Amino acid sequence: MTIDSYKYLPRSMRTMYESVPVIDEPAEWAPLPKPLHHCTVALMTSAGIYLRDSQEPFDVERERREPTWGDPTYRIIPRDVRSEDIACSHLHISHDDLLEDVDVVLPIRAFSALEAEGRIGRLADEHYSFMGYQDRRLLDWRNIQGPELAARLKEHAVDVLLLAPA
Amino acid sequence: MPVLARTIESLGIPTVTVTMIPDLAMKFRPSRVVGVEFPFGHNFGTPGNDELMLTVARAACQALEEAGGPGYRLDVDVEWPVPLETAYRTWHPPVPSPIVAEMLKRRQGG
Repeated sequence: MTIDSYKYLPRSMRTMYESVPVIDEPAEWAPLPKPLHHCTVALMTSAGIYLRDSQEPFDVERERREPTWGDPTYRIIPRDVRSEDIACSHLHISHDDLLEDVDVVLPIRAFSALEAEGRIGRLADEHYSFMGYQDRRLLDWRNIQGPELAARLKEHAVDVLLLAPA
Repeated sequence: MPVLARTIESLGIPTVTVTMIPDLAMKFRPSRVVGVEFPFGHNFGTPGNDELMLTVARAACQALEEAGGPGYRLDVDVEWPVPLETAYRTWHPPVPSPIVAEMLKRRQGG
């Protein structure tokens, strides 16, 4: 089956997304380095969540002043995070459900269950939160945060990254 | 976020992207995509619905194991458990985002 990608979007945005051309760059491909049941998996969300007591919010004040700009930085979310530790600074989605249960965007319980049953090797100790609304060129993500995150994942012996754009 | 996935993948770490807009994700020549017909901000389901979260997580595992090369897409065959009208209304933020507010202003000639 094929799902309707635009079911929850206004018609104008559907038209906009449908007109996006296919990227003029070759595909990137990294194979799994070992069977999934031996892999360490980390999770990433672009829901703009952060730890309310110890991390800075994403810079939504600048986005309000410059509506085409988005904060390209990221936050590290520990595996043992509780929903009550979380705040959210994403201006493009409702926060209600993800503040009630952060697993709707960062599925730590589900992947802990998959770890327990041996479907994956291990769920990493830390996970990552970005703010999904970005400047269209995405230069910071390409040149700064992307390589920085890849280096960090390697340092933590992460084999696979799951991304969940909010 | 597809650009971030491409960057990470180009540096040697395999990725899988669980997205509400797989049609758009595919335009970025991704490695592995899992599509969910869910409202924005809800990649894995509704609060407390561990069964649904696990279903999507298992689809991500399937994608990681099945994909033999870039451009792999797997859509999850699950209907969102909230009526469309309610789900459509409630994923939006309480006030329009700055860019949407600006577009609305322009459209109204403001």
